Amino acid sequence: MNTKDIVYIALFAALTAVLGLFPPLTLPVTGVPVTAQSLGPMLAGAILGARRGGLSIVLFLVLVAVGLPLLSGGRGGFGVMIGVTGGFIFGWAISAFVIGLLIEHFWNDLTVIKATLAIGFGGIVVLYALGNAWVAVAADISYWQATVGAAPFLIGDAIKVAIAVAACLAVRRSYPLISKAR
Amino acid sequence: MIRFENVSVQFDQRRVLDDISLTLTEKRIAVVGANGSGKSTFVRLLNGLQTATSGTVTVDDFNPAKDGRKLRRHVGFVFQNPDNQIVYPVVEEDLAFGLKALKLPKDEVHRRIDEILARYDLTDFKTHPSHLLSGGQKQLLAISGVLVMNPRYVIFDEPTTLLDLRNRNRVERAIAKLDQTVITVSHDLDLIADYDRVLVFDQGKIALDDTPANALSKYREMMA
Amino acid sequence: MIAGLYIDGTSPLHRAGAGIKILAMIALGTGVFLIPDWPVVTVILATVLAFYPLCGFGPSVIWAQVKPIFWLLSIFFAVQLWLNDWQAGLLVVTRIAAIVLFASLVTLTTKTSAMLASLERAMGPLRPLGVNPEKVSLAISMVLRFIPVIATVASEIRDAQRARGLDKSILAMVVPLIIRTLKMADDVADAIEARSFDPDETAS
Repeated sequence: MNTKDIVYIALFAALTAVLGLFPPLTLPVTGVPVTAQSLGPMLAGAILGARRGGLSIVLFLVLVAVGLPLLSGGRGGFGVMIGVTGGFIFGWAISAFVIGLLIEHFWNDLTVIKATLAIGFGGIVVLYALGNAWVAVAADISYWQATVGAAPFLIGDAIKVAIAVAACLAVRRSYPLISKAR
Repeated sequence: MIRFENVSVQFDQRRVLDDISLTLTEKRIAVVGANGSGKSTFVRLLNGLQTATSGTVTVDDFNPAKDGRKLRRHVGFVFQNPDNQIVYPVVEEDLAFGLKALKLPKDEVHRRIDEILARYDLTDFKTHPSHLLSGGQKQLLAISGVLVMNPRYVIFDEPTTLLDLRNRNRVERAIAKLDQTVITVSHDLDLIADYDRVLVFDQGKIALDDTPANALSKYREMMA
Repeated sequence: MIAGLYIDGTSPLHRAGAGIKILAMIALGTGVFLIPDWPVVTVILATVLAFYPLCGFGPSVIWAQVKPIFWLLSIFFAVQLWLNDWQAGLLVVTRIAAIVLFASLVTLTTKTSAMLASLERAMGPLRPLGVNPEKVSLAISMVLRFIPVIATVASEIRDAQRARGLDKSILAMVVPLIIRTLKMADDVADAIEARSFDPDETAS
C-alpha cells in the first residue's frame, strides 16, 4: 500500500463523514428519513475498489467507535454501533468491499446495467442481509419479519444506488482509479 | 549545486521536458512559464517526486531518482494550496509530522517546533485546529512544516497564487529572509523580481535563462 | 478538531482504562444474550442505569441515549406482545437498552484520545498480519484534518450549483465533490512524500 492509497482511504472516510452533514430528506407518505451518508460506502467501493474502499469505511467506523459524532444527525460512539441498527452500520464496510470486488470484475466493460447490478447487490442485498440478521437477533423476531420491517427503507436506497451508479460511471471516464489486475 | 544532464521527461506520447542541461548555483532561482510548459515537472525532479525518463539530475551528491527519500530531507517543497499540504488536525501535530522521519529526540522536536512557531507569529496557535487558521496563516504553517526539517533547498510551487495581497506580502517577506537556496515557480512576476536567475520554460525547453531584468521583460513580450 | 461525545468527569468509570471498559462492554453484550431471562436482564439494566448518576450524568443524558431507539424499542415490544407475551417483549427491550446504555456510557466517559491510544496499543500485535500502526494513525489524523476541508469544498460546490439552478440535484453535487476530492488526494500524497514520509520504512 503506497502513500496515495492511504490518502484515498482517508479522504473517502472524510467524504463519508461530510455526506452525513447533509440534511436528510423525508420520503412522502412513509415518513422514512433518507440520509446521504450511506452513499459513502457505495461510492468508496465503486470508485476506490474492494480493498481501499472497504478500508476507508472501516476507518470511518473506527472514528465513530472512538466517540466522534460522525454518523448523520451527529451520532456516534459504541451505543449507536452495537444498537439495533448496528448490522447496517458494520455492514457498510462489507458492502463497500463487495461493491468494489464486483466493480473491479466488471471494470473493463462497465455498463449502466453492470454497475447497477454491482452497487445494487453490494449496497442493498448484502447490506440488508447483514442489517436484517442483526435486527432479527436483537429483537428476537424471524429474519423474514425483520426484512418486512426494513422494506420501507428500500426506496431511499434504490435512489442512492442510482446516484452511485451515475457517479461511478462519470468518475470512471474522467478519473479512473481501478485497474483490472486479475 | 544542482546539475541537469540531458534530462527528458515523457508522459505517454507527450514530451514534457526536452533535453535539459544546466547547472544551478545561485541562491535565488525563479522558474516561470505558461501552464503546461514543464516548469512544475522541472522542480518535481529535484526531490524525486518525478523521475526523469532519460538523463541525470544531481542535487549536491544525491541522485533524486535513487535517493529520493533521503534527498527530501534536504529539499523542502512548499505547494500552492496549503490545505492539501497540512495533514494533521492540530498545528503542532502537523509540524511534528515531518520531524518523525528524522527520528530526533523529543526535546529537540519541541525546541524546533517552538522556534518555527515564534518565527512566523504562530505561537498562539500551537494547539489550535489547523483548519481554523486564515489562508495566510495556513501558508505560513505549510512553510513552517517544511523549514522545521532544516532543508538546504526550499522549492516553492506557486506559493502566492491563492493568497490576498497582504498575505502574499507576508509570504514574500518570509521567503526573502531564508538562508536556504530557494527555487520558486511563480506566475507572480513581482515576487521574483530581485532573484539571481530566471529560467523561462516554453514547451518543455528552457526558452530564456537570464537575470530577472532581462528575462522578465522578454517573457512579458512572449506572453503578449 | 471535531469534538468527541466525551463528557468530562472524575468518576471511577472516567478513570478506568479504555481497554477494560471496552472488554466489559463486550462481556455485557454477550452476557445479556446468554441469559434469556427477563428479571436478570432487568437487574442488569438497572445496574447500568445506576452508573449514570454515579458518573455525574442526569436523566437528560440518559434520555439522549434512549431517544434515537425509543420508537424501535416500542415496535419491538409490540411485535413480541403480538407474537408471544409481555415477558418476551420485556426481555428484548431491556436487553437492547442495557447494551446501548452501557456502550454509550463507555463512549461518554472515555476521551477520544484515550480510545485512539488504546487502539494503537491493540494494533501492535497485529503488525505481523500487515497492520501498520503508523499508517493507521496517519490515516486517522488525515480524516480529522480533511473533514472540514471537504465540507468547505462541498458548500462551495453547492453554491456554484445553486447559481446554475441545480440545487435540487444530488448528482450535480456528488460528482464534482468526488472529482475535487480525488484531485486533492494527488496533491496531498505528493505533499506527504515531499515531507519525508516513507510508507515502507516500517515495513508493511
